[in-house]
Amino acid sequence: MKFSRRKFLVGTGVVGGGLLLGFSLGGDEPVPQIVAGSFQPNAWLQITPDGRVVFQLDKAEMGQGVYTGLTTLMGEGLDYDPARIQVEMAGVHSAYNNPAMRMQVTGGSTSLTTAWTPLQEAGATARAMLMAAAAEQWQVPVSELNTDDGVIVHSASGRRIGYAEVAESAKSIEAPQLVPPVANAPKWIGKSLPRFDTPAKTDGTAIFGVDVALPGMKTAVVVRCPHFGGRVRAFDAEEAEQQAGVLKIFPIHNGIAVVADGYWQARQAAGKLKVEWDKGPLAGLSSAKIRKNQEQALDNGETTVDALDEGDAEGVLAQAADGRVVEAKYAAPFLHHSTMEPQNCTALVTGDRCELWAPSQAPGFVQALAAQYGGFDRDKVTVHTTLMGGGFGRRAMTDFAGEAAAIARQMPGVPIKLIWSREDDMRHDFYRPSTLHRLRAVVNEDGQIGAWRHRLVSASITKGMAVTLVDSYLPKWLPEAMARGIGRFAGNTTANMDSAMAEGAEIPYAVDNRKVDVALYDPGIPLGFWRSVGHSHNAFVVESFMDELAHAAGEDPVDFRLRYLQGHPRHQRVLKAAAEAANWGDPLPGRIQGVAVHESFSSYAAQVVELSKGANGYVIERVVCAVDCGQIANPDIVTEQVESAIIYGLGAALKPALTVEDGRVVQSNFHDLPVLRIDETPEIQVVLVDSKEHPTGIGEIALPPIAPALGNALFKASGQRQRELPFQLTV
Amino acid sequence: MSTLKLNGEPLTLPDDVDPSTPLLWVVRERLGLTGSKFGCGQGLCGACTMHVDGQAVRTCILPVGQVVGKSVVTIEGLGGDHPVQQAWRQIDVPQCGYCQSGQIMSAAALLAANPNPSNDDINRAMAGNICRCGSYPRIRRAIHQAAASISTGVQTFDPATGEG
Ligand code: FES
Ligand code: FES
Repeated sequence: MKFSRRKFLVGTGVVGGGLLLGFSLGGDEPVPQIVAGSFQPNAWLQITPDGRVVFQLDKAEMGQGVYTGLTTLMGEGLDYDPARIQVEMAGVHSAYNNPAMRMQVTGGSTSLTTAWTPLQEAGATARAMLMAAAAEQWQVPVSELNTDDGVIVHSASGRRIGYAEVAESAKSIEAPQLVPPVANAPKWIGKSLPRFDTPAKTDGTAIFGVDVALPGMKTAVVVRCPHFGGRVRAFDAEEAEQQAGVLKIFPIHNGIAVVADGYWQARQAAGKLKVEWDKGPLAGLSSAKIRKNQEQALDNGETTVDALDEGDAEGVLAQAADGRVVEAKYAAPFLHHSTMEPQNCTALVTGDRCELWAPSQAPGFVQALAAQYGGFDRDKVTVHTTLMGGGFGRRAMTDFAGEAAAIARQMPGVPIKLIWSREDDMRHDFYRPSTLHRLRAVVNEDGQIGAWRHRLVSASITKGMAVTLVDSYLPKWLPEAMARGIGRFAGNTTANMDSAMAEGAEIPYAVDNRKVDVALYDPGIPLGFWRSVGHSHNAFVVESFMDELAHAAGEDPVDFRLRYLQGHPRHQRVLKAAAEAANWGDPLPGRIQGVAVHESFSSYAAQVVELSKGANGYVIERVVCAVDCGQIANPDIVTEQVESAIIYGLGAALKPALTVEDGRVVQSNFHDLPVLRIDETPEIQVVLVDSKEHPTGIGEIALPPIAPALGNALFKASGQRQRELPFQLTV
Repeated sequence: MSTLKLNGEPLTLPDDVDPSTPLLWVVRERLGLTGSKFGCGQGLCGACTMHVDGQAVRTCILPVGQVVGKSVVTIEGLGGDHPVQQAWRQIDVPQCGYCQSGQIMSAAALLAANPNPSNDDINRAMAGNICRCGSYPRIRRAIHQAAASISTGVQTFDPATGEG
C-alpha cells in the first residue's frame, strides 16, 4: 500500500480514504470511530485527549493473531509498547481496504504482508510529528531528540515528556514525508510477545459475535430449505406460534424466521413449523451423479482454462515409449469449514438505519448484504466487527448479515440476534469444491521427467461470489438492478479466469514440457474460500504425483524433488530443513516417512509425516514442518499457525467427507461429519527458516503439504497409493 | 423452590424458566454469563462445558431442571487465576478462543480428578472438546504445566473443591 499524497490531514477529525490510498470507492466520509479532539495522524492511530493510544484494527481477528501481530507493527513504528495499545475493531471505510484485494477483507493470508510497511510507517510518522511538537515546545532541534517507549527524551537536558502530553500540539504539526521505521534492532518485532487477546480468551470475558448483548434483544433462527436453491412453497406456523416465548414468525428471502425471547424457545418453535419445500434446481443431485459428471468433464470437458502451458506436453506424451508414461487419477471432496462459532449476526433497525454486529472477515460485504436484503441505503448501514470463533474463509461470505437485516427490518427498534445451529452451519456452508484430476507424465529411462500434464475438473470458486463482490465494489449511486446485472455478467466472466481453481497446480519443478488446464463443471453447490483454497487440493495432487514419479524413477523423494527445484532456493531450503529435522531416510525404528513441499501465498512449507503401524491401522506419530514466510513479526504465533493449519488439514484428509443427496448435504453435526480431535493429533515440530525477505502469508501455508506428505507416507508403508481423499489409515 | 448454586452463590431460577431448557441457554441468556459457548447443541463439541458438582458436563443438552440443588461452576467462576488458566496464558493456548472456556473447564475437572495425567489420560479426558483452530498440542502442554504447578505447591488453589 502506498499513500497517494505525502501530507496527512491532521487534527481536522476528517481523514478521507482517498487521501490515504490511491484507490477509493468509499468517497471521503470520515473514518469511523474518531474520538473528538484526538491526535489522529492516520486512519489507524489516535492518541485521545485522555492519553490513550488507540489502534483501529482493520483486519478480523479469527484466531490467526492479527490482534497481536498488527498492533506490534504499529507499536514498533511509534516506539510504544504494543501491549499498552488499546485495540479497536475498525469500522467500514475505504481507508481500511485490503490493498491486495481492494476491499475490506481479511483473507488470502495477506494481513501481515500488506500491513508490514504501512503500519510501521504510520507509527513512525506519528512519532516524528510528536517529536517535532516536543522540539517546538522545548525550542531544541528535533535531531537532539529521541524516544523511549512512549516518551520523548532530550538527553542533553534530561527532559522527558510523554506522547499524550504533546499530542495536542502535534495536531498542528505539518506531517513530514512518510518516515521509514527504524530498521535495526526492533524492540518488539521478531519477539514472541504473548498474544494480547489471550487473557480475555481464558476467563470468559472475550465477546464474540454470538455474545453481543443489547437491551431488549430477541433471538432469531431461520428455517432454510435444506436443498440448495430451494424455496418455501407453503408453511403452517400455527403450532409454532403457540410455543412459549415466540414473538413472531415470518418468511424472509431464504426461509422462515422465528423470533423468540431466547435461542432455545426459537429453536423449539422452529421444530414445530410445517413447511412444504420446493426443492429447487438441484433436486435429485447426488454425490454419485456429481462424480459421473466430473468424469465426463475430465474426458470430454470443453470449457477449459489454461493455467500453465510450456513446451509441448501432449506431443511428448504421444511419442513416449511404451511403459514410460505414468498416469493417475486423483479426487478431492467438498469440504465444510465448521468454524467453532456457528454463523450469527445481530442487527438493530432504527428508522431508515441498520446497525449490525457481525463476526465477519468482510465488513464491506456485511454492509452490502444487509443493504440488499434489508432494503437499506448502504450508507445507512453501520457495521461493528466482533471477535469471531474461527474464519477459515467461511466468514468472507456474509449471508448471515443479509438474513439478520431482513429479520430486523420486520421488527424495528428490537435488536435481533440471529443464531445458526451447527446443523444450519454444516448444511448451508460455502464449500471447498470437489475436484477430479488426471495426471500424466513421461519418466524417461534416465529418470528425467519428459512431460507433465495435469487436467482438473472444478467449478469456479469466485463465480458465486461475484454478485456480492460487485455490489460491494460498484459506486453506491448505481441502481440495485443494474448492479446485480453487472454482478451476473461478472460471475460468468470470472469463472473463465478464476485462478483459484488451479492455484498450486503450477508446478515449480523444472520440466520442459508441461501443461495444466481446468475443465469447468459446476454442479451448483455453493462454493467459497476454504483455508488455502485451490492449494488445498492441488498440492495434494501434485505432490502425491511427484512422489509417484520419484518412485517410477527409482529415486529418493527428497533428492528427486531437489533435483527439479533448481532455481527455487526457498523451496529447497524448507525441504532440506524439514528433511534434516525429521532425520529423513533414517527414522526411529518402526517409523515410516513421507514428504511434501509446497509454495502458497508467497511462502514455503515442507513437511515430513511419520507413521507407525498400530493394532488398528497406521498411527500418525509426528509431523515435522519447515516454513519460510519471510521476516517474522511473532515467532510463537507463526508456530501456532503452522500447528493450526496442519491439524485443520489433517482432519480434512482423514475424516469422512460430506455427501450430497437430492441436492442437499446429508450430514448435519459433528457425529456424522467429524473433525480432528486431540487424541488423533500427532506431535508437531515446527522449524522456522531464517529469512530476510518481506513477510508473506502464514495462516494457510502449512495446510497444503499435509495431505500429500501423509499420503506419501501411507504409500511407503503399505505399497498402496491412495488417490482419493479422505485417506484410510486401515490399509 | 428451584434453587441451585452458581459459581458459589445461591441462585433461584425465575418461575418462567422452563425446566427443560438446557442449562447453557439459561446461563448465557438469562444470567448474562456468556463465557460458556454454543458449538453444536448435541453434546458433541464441549464448547458449553461447565462443572456440575465438580464434574465436567455438556450443558447444551442438560435441562436446567436437573441441576436444581446442585453446584454449577462456569468459566466465570473459575476465578481467573486457576492453575489451568495461568498455564493457558503462559503457553498462549487460545487462537480464536471460542472453544477455550470449554477446554479449560474440562482440563480443570481432569486435574481435580487426576493431578498428574499422562498424555493418554489427557487424550481421553479432552477428546470431547473440539478445537477447530487446532490448539491441541498446546492444550496438552498447558495441562502438563498446570499439573506441575499444582504439584509443586506453587498455587494455593485447591483443585478438589475448585476454590482458591
Ligand atoms: S455446544 Fe454443548 S457439546 Fe457442543
Ligand atoms: S481456539 Fe478456535 S476453536 Fe479452539
